[in-house]
Amino acid sequence: MSLLEFLLRNHQEVVALTLEHLFLVAVSTGIAILIGVPLGILLTRKPSLSKPILGVANIMQTVPSLALFGFLIPLNLYLFHVKIVGGIGARTAIVALVLYALLPIIRNTFTGINGVDPAIREAGRGMGMTDRQLLFQVELPLALGVILAGVRVATVICVGTATIAAAIDAGGLGRYIFRGLRMNDNVLILAGAVPAALIAVAADLILGYAERAIRVGNTAGKRFKKIIWASGGAIAVLAIAGVLFFYSGKTSDRIAVGSKDFTEQIILGELLAQAIEAKTGLQVERRFDLGGTLAHEALVAGEIDTYVEYTGTALLAILKGRPSADPEEVHRRVKSDYASRFKVEWLEPLGFNNTFAILVRGEDARKLNLKTISDAARVSAQWRAGFGQDFMSRPDGYPGFAQVYGFHFQEIREMDLSLTYRALVDRQVDLIAGNSTDGLISHYRLVQLDDDRRYFPPYDAVPVVRQATLEKHPELGEVLRKLGGILTVEEMRQLNYRVDGEKRQAKDVVREFLLQKGFISEKDLAQQK
Amino acid sequence: MECLARGVLDTNAMDSEKSIEFQHVSFRLPDGRTLLSDLTLEVHRGETLVLLGRSGSGKTTTMKLINRLIDPTEGQVKVDGKPTLEWDPIQLRRRIGYVIQEVGLFPHLSVEENIGVVPRLEGWEADRIKARARTLLTTVGLDPDRFAARFPAELSGGQRQRVGVARALAADPPVMLLDEPFGALDPITRRDIQQEFRTLQERLQKTLVFVTHDVREALLLAHRIGLVKDGKMVLLGPPSDLLQSKDPEARAFAACVSDGELSGSPV
Repeated sequence: MSLLEFLLRNHQEVVALTLEHLFLVAVSTGIAILIGVPLGILLTRKPSLSKPILGVANIMQTVPSLALFGFLIPLNLYLFHVKIVGGIGARTAIVALVLYALLPIIRNTFTGINGVDPAIREAGRGMGMTDRQLLFQVELPLALGVILAGVRVATVICVGTATIAAAIDAGGLGRYIFRGLRMNDNVLILAGAVPAALIAVAADLILGYAERAIRVGNTAGKRFKKIIWASGGAIAVLAIAGVLFFYSGKTSDRIAVGSKDFTEQIILGELLAQAIEAKTGLQVERRFDLGGTLAHEALVAGEIDTYVEYTGTALLAILKGRPSADPEEVHRRVKSDYASRFKVEWLEPLGFNNTFAILVRGEDARKLNLKTISDAARVSAQWRAGFGQDFMSRPDGYPGFAQVYGFHFQEIREMDLSLTYRALVDRQVDLIAGNSTDGLISHYRLVQLDDDRRYFPPYDAVPVVRQATLEKHPELGEVLRKLGGILTVEEMRQLNYRVDGEKRQAKDVVREFLLQKGFISEKDLAQQK
Repeated sequence: MECLARGVLDTNAMDSEKSIEFQHVSFRLPDGRTLLSDLTLEVHRGETLVLLGRSGSGKTTTMKLINRLIDPTEGQVKVDGKPTLEWDPIQLRRRIGYVIQEVGLFPHLSVEENIGVVPRLEGWEADRIKARARTLLTTVGLDPDRFAARFPAELSGGQRQRVGVARALAADPPVMLLDEPFGALDPITRRDIQQEFRTLQERLQKTLVFVTHDVREALLLAHRIGLVKDGKMVLLGPPSDLLQSKDPEARAFAACVSDGELSGSPV
């Protein structure tokens, strides 16, 4: 599918994401102007402050955006019982964008005012202007062009950085970029990147034009200046409106379903969401695509009510517990620890285990009669293996694996996980470590060898829900418990392949699956509408 | 000839009331450099005092002490009998018209708006400000219909300086300070504008403190000349004093005036 085709086919979503993006940028730039211009003015009055303040603003700019988001999310700062920063969503993204946009605005206000011809300032003072009159009647009007140049730089920075805000569910065109990166889909990446680049170029041109127009000391420039002040005022109003919008708190009584930021998780998020919608009549808000451990943090913070977690991930990455190979034991441990530490309930496992899968070509498995990993270890002396960087470096990855099973490969090739499948099919390697639910496993007719020594920890997928939500909506727990055992590894692979391989919408794939399983009926769907 | 005689005549006829007084005034920078030391002088109402001196001699410093752009480190400056430190600086400055060499017109305001700045600060009504600006443009020899709506960037150097003078006159201040107002103009324009200014000066009867390094300008406009060198007033008196003085600095300045122009002088 070409980019143009994609944009035309999805024009509604493209427009919606573009508007979200513009809104993020306008609100952030507006707030940055409201803070940055007064700060810049303050610096011209108290020059001793200029070094520390410009220094801090400078440092802010050097912090990588993902790191800044990561730093802001757990902060949870309140002002008059209103959350200012913390958690996922546009609120935190806007705070980060404002921090990035501040430097150029403060700096240009400062240099713009300091750059006013001293003779003009002296004339003003000599004529008996007070400091305030000098500022508003002489310095600010004359510095406007330079300040505007700072706003232009800040806006362009915001347009770019706002794409990364999609990582914390702030919306915008970054959604396409992250989705595209995840699915290795260049068209999707471009569908996010090209409109974002166009916004940046347009903002640059428009503000650059305004900047040149007002620098001319003539009648046209004067009218223009009024337009600039007017639009500045409009942006400020928008900024305040945006602040009120984002800080008015969670008004609705919806169930917020989250997901991590890969295909399987989007599918599982849809699975929970559609099951809730069809069986309870509760309104569902989808907050998908949360990177890293953001989904967990959002759940604990109460910004989402439920998502699907993996037992092994919870044990190792969140509880930092000791690995165990016994699925029941792991489930028990995370269940009791989550209940006491986070007030979060683990429901019934969905039925599949998304763990490392040791894979060989189907024909080799048949020819050599390979069923278990131990079988492969015996014949592997002449084999080459292809492993992703993750598998090579993880504590439950290659080193222990080779030791437990006694593997001695002829050669190990470390490559990107997505390339290992291709390498196996093309006979460049003979064994790879994939994920057990990868859609490509069935597509390429690969065989997953049984972990007969139970080396890999279990990663059973289980819905986790806030206890508070369960108490408030008992019917929610009932529905989600019914999802227990609904998916086999093979079925999960197929669903993943339909989205990743066949490029279908997760929403449609899940609806078909639930209908086919008889979990929901056409009648349920009709009632919803 | 005429210009040299003028100082003597006017001084005699002058109202003796003091407009500006310097009493043992010194000004030192924080780094200890002395820009002005122990200056004592009086400027009478309606008098034009020209401060003459080389660049860096302390002329501009003297002037800035009058409208409190700087405060004396020793001694006191009085305006209308009241020490400047007791004046509200804003009130003081609004009573004192100020014209500087760089003019300092506000580039974002039209000629009319530039002239109207102080009246606007003083809260005049828009119609009165407009009328005043047009009157003053005529006073300084610019056609209001042609120039009122222009911006400073659309004026020649001489026109800008005229607007600068008009702006300083706007609220009809009793005192005007002029810091080398014609210094940046070409010689011909300067000559014209100096002559016009002299006519204006007689009509307006204001107390003027005029800073220049141009001895001819000083001789043309001054009732009295104060010669400043290295922060000290080396000579103070009518223009004829300058030409007769034995002081080396005075002789140096007097020598700048060509013989031809001084023919028939009382020397």
